[in-house]
Amino acid sequence: MNTPEIAKILPPDTLLSRPFWEGCRQQELRLQHCADCHQFQFYPRIVCSHCDGSDLSWRKVTGKGRVASFTIVRRGISRAYEAPYIVALIDLDEGPRMMSSVVGTEPETVTIGDIVEVQFNQWGEDYLMPVFQKLEQI
Amino acid sequence: MANLGSTNNASKLSGKVAIVGVADTEVGVLPDRTPMELCVEAALKAIGDAGLKKSDIDGILTCNSMVQPLMYHAEAMAEYLQIFPRYCMAVGAGGGTTFTAIHHAASAIATGMADVIVISMADTMRSGLSREQALKVQASTGHPEFEQPYGPTVPAYYALIAQAHMAEFGTTQEQLAAIAVSTRQHAARNPAAQMRDLITVEDVLASRMIADPLHLLDCSLVSDGGSAIVMCSAERAADLPHDPVYILGAGEGHSHEHISAARSLTTSAAKEAGERAYNMSGLKPSDMDFAQLYDCFTPTVLVELEDLGFCAKGEGGAFVDSGALAPGGSLPVNTHGGLLSHSHPGNPGSMFALTESVWQLRHTAGERQIPNARHGLVHAQGGIMSSHTALILSREVN
Repeated sequence: MNTPEIAKILPPDTLLSRPFWEGCRQQELRLQHCADCHQFQFYPRIVCSHCDGSDLSWRKVTGKGRVASFTIVRRGISRAYEAPYIVALIDLDEGPRMMSSVVGTEPETVTIGDIVEVQFNQWGEDYLMPVFQKLEQI
Repeated sequence: MANLGSTNNASKLSGKVAIVGVADTEVGVLPDRTPMELCVEAALKAIGDAGLKKSDIDGILTCNSMVQPLMYHAEAMAEYLQIFPRYCMAVGAGGGTTFTAIHHAASAIATGMADVIVISMADTMRSGLSREQALKVQASTGHPEFEQPYGPTVPAYYALIAQAHMAEFGTTQEQLAAIAVSTRQHAARNPAAQMRDLITVEDVLASRMIADPLHLLDCSLVSDGGSAIVMCSAERAADLPHDPVYILGAGEGHSHEHISAARSLTTSAAKEAGERAYNMSGLKPSDMDFAQLYDCFTPTVLVELEDLGFCAKGEGGAFVDSGALAPGGSLPVNTHGGLLSHSHPGNPGSMFALTESVWQLRHTAGERQIPNARHGLVHAQGGIMSSHTALILSREVN
């Protein structure tokens, strides 16, 4: 009962977002695209958050973006999350903002405005999570 | 700009309802007390303070407890107290719950749904959570599919706001720390506060980094405690023992739930909440003799000062530097010591800002009394700067 949670938190499976996670397994970032207003959205929804349209399809996107904000977490949420690690908000080139992490660099070198590109890290047995790396270092 | 709502509402609510009874339980570390016991203790004390009897109460509002979650918390409280209300509800809006509940209660009194409402909230976040429960509370904040897997902690979410404000406006860690310092100066004057030893900016900056740029002393306390108020119509309030404290303005603003979906990281829906409350009251920021602002972490105060119109957007840091927030300043903020230094038992946290405001406006706040305080603003937010309620309180009716 007092055993600390040591597994990483996994996203719950939903039918709607399955193409997103399937894309991650194929090392590609996919976003919902609206046929009516031609905008992308994230997180996935049953309607377009820009125009309420429902003709949504999944498209592979560039995976490039900028760090809108970030923090270095010094005390992890559980033992599965080894501090320090970065929690960041990434503004994707296609418009939407997503929460993610910036990896592959000393946390102290990250700044707001950094240009980043997606990569995919193993998360538990079944998931690859989209995380980001500073582009200059790729 | 969001629709500020019908102005008719103002004439229906402003000045029609008063807070007539208030009480806090002891706060801090209270092992062996349950949230329900603290709720009931605070409710009975507040009813007594109002000069009323249990049989006068026909409305009960509360929030659920994280430590002792009940399917029907308000009903269980009514049963425990042996009160048989005609209006009974548990409100859930995180840290914003307290003033959302007050807004509901005021509307219920103005429309005749209830005559005398007791609002009592308590939790035992400090002593009552197992390690497993505490982890669960931390991990369950945020979008389960697209935020939680990255391991954000509660301080981390607010750190994202602080970092954005610093990058956009040049706000400094020292300015954030100064908020913790002035809040502690207020707490030092409040015998009921959990943390009363004075601290310096250097102390804050030297405390352990939790999530950059937030140090331990930028973060609020974790406490046990409860607090309650009694509300009724302004007419009825005139016959009761204490000076009534009138609700002149109430406004809410709700912009998002998840920080990754926020319209802005540096401007919150406190702006709409404040505008709606000011509009209803006919008062403006410069009329306020004090402000009690939700301070779960220091950057929330900074953003709220700007969004509630006490200074321009981006000038929160300079406003803090001016010393305005401290005892004797031009806008004393969190005169009881806030969530940073008085107590933070979870969802009930802002109740203590409310009871403090009533004591200030009754002119019974003792050593920390603001001379001739007439009007005050109280604000609470829930989520990650997601849902906001502002109330404008006064010892005078317009």
